[in-house]
Amino acid sequence: MTRPILEARNLHVAFNGIKAADGVSIAIQDGEFLAIIGPNGSGKTTLLNICTGYIRPGSGSVLLDGQDITRLSPRAIARRGVARAFQIPQLFSAQRVIDNMMLALAATDGLWNAIRPLETAKRCDEAKALLELVGLADDSNRISSTLPEGHRKLLDIAVALALKPRLLLLDEPTSGVSALERFLLMEALMSALRQRRIAALFVEHDMDVVARYATRVLVWNAGNIMAEGRPDEVFSNAQVLQRVVGVA
Amino acid sequence: MRTIAAAAIAVLGLAVLPIAAPWLQFVLTLAIAKGFAALGVAVLLRAGLISIGHAMFFAASAYSVAFLARVGIHDLGLLLILSVLAGGIVGAVVGSFLVRYRAIFFAMLNLAVSMVCYALCAKLYGLTGGTDGMPVPVPTVFGVELAEPAFKSVLFYLSLALMVLVGLSIQRYLNSPLGHALSAVHTNEIRLEYLGIPVWAILLIAYVISAALAGLGGAIAGFAIGRVVPDFAFWTASGHLVLIAVLGGIGGVPGAFIGALFLELLHSAAVTVTDSWNLIVGMTLIIVIMFMPQGIYGLFTRKEASSL
Repeated sequence: MTRPILEARNLHVAFNGIKAADGVSIAIQDGEFLAIIGPNGSGKTTLLNICTGYIRPGSGSVLLDGQDITRLSPRAIARRGVARAFQIPQLFSAQRVIDNMMLALAATDGLWNAIRPLETAKRCDEAKALLELVGLADDSNRISSTLPEGHRKLLDIAVALALKPRLLLLDEPTSGVSALERFLLMEALMSALRQRRIAALFVEHDMDVVARYATRVLVWNAGNIMAEGRPDEVFSNAQVLQRVVGVA
Repeated sequence: MRTIAAAAIAVLGLAVLPIAAPWLQFVLTLAIAKGFAALGVAVLLRAGLISIGHAMFFAASAYSVAFLARVGIHDLGLLLILSVLAGGIVGAVVGSFLVRYRAIFFAMLNLAVSMVCYALCAKLYGLTGGTDGMPVPVPTVFGVELAEPAFKSVLFYLSLALMVLVGLSIQRYLNSPLGHALSAVHTNEIRLEYLGIPVWAILLIAYVISAALAGLGGAIAGFAIGRVVPDFAFWTASGHLVLIAVLGGIGGVPGAFIGALFLELLHSAAVTVTDSWNLIVGMTLIIVIMFMPQGIYGLFTRKEASSL
């Protein structure tokens, strides 16, 4: 077996005595689409926060390509090729949609140039291609705060993709997206991830989305991994069906 | 295109104004000097940071001119470059720890440091001349010694040229990825961090640029007045710069200069009418804030947007 792209070992985190992670270990391989499901408040987002350096675990470690990144900042981890889309979209709300995209692109290809404009033809084309991918091509000149919530979510994902990551962490990518657009988004997203060979770890509550797109599923419950396996295996587990899927 | 034409007409207007009314030359030079410093404040306002201490950089460069002249440097160009550099270096030192703070803490710490600067200028009598200040002799221009009136004319037109050149450079910076990242600090620092962008570095660069701009203003003011005094660094001077930036509008580079010109001309007109000129200035400011939230420059940009 090859070395995992991201590995969390024996993580322990508690908030006011409530355990969000209680000795959890996970690993994600290159090219894998790993879904994490579980009830609200079970610690799924905490895992993403730990993996991206936003919070530090009480104990345990996170390795990226075998290197310890537990104590690194979100900025340092992002520069190592880990991007994140948030449950609540994190955008530059006063700026245009395309400026959000171009700033993300500039972060990887020339942020420190104080002379050339942000808007170059190359960056503009790349930004438009990504916006097209997530279905926001018509919104490119809108101020991002004026977008409906579902579109803000899509923009947040597009911004993360603009970083050209090797691993993308998505927190409920389809929440706030209309039922009609949900599968269109996931199809486009998965196709982009496959084309660019990006591994993905996504927290999701929509079991149809998980069943259709995840290559492996982790069931998170009260800070522990309750079950793990292919979607068909996990969704045939009676305990999972009763305790997680029923309430998810 | 229309904006460029309007700006060119405005600059030409400023250039011929002192020919028609020579007494305006000093007022306009001082207004441009303050415009540079206000532009420095406006740069930081893009990131949502209000500095109530930028007069310290204004004073730092002005005093640098006086000190450099004292040690025998008399060339205008060299004095300007070295004094702006001094302002930038002071900005780098102060900014390296102030850019970690936000909101009221940033404003107050700037104020505190500037007041330390003011106290040093006022109390180190042997070095700075205390409250009497230091003289700024008339420098040479490319090795040519000029009489004071001729130098003041050179200074005015040089300031005007610098206003255009520096203004264009700052506009370029604000349109660059660094400038956009600076505006993004105001809206979402978390996302910037997750893009791998070091917020502290973005802010430190902006802080140094803004300090250098304030320094350029201070150096010009020092030459124009012919003396530097501790009041250059007093907190009311810093407040005045914020006032100019807000009055002019932070939507674009011209705002700072428009605000400075408006305020200086208003002040000059108001003192001829009443001793209570502060009342007129204060009321004007209230009107601008209430009815022109984008500042005076906002009026022009709105007009242009609606005509498109």
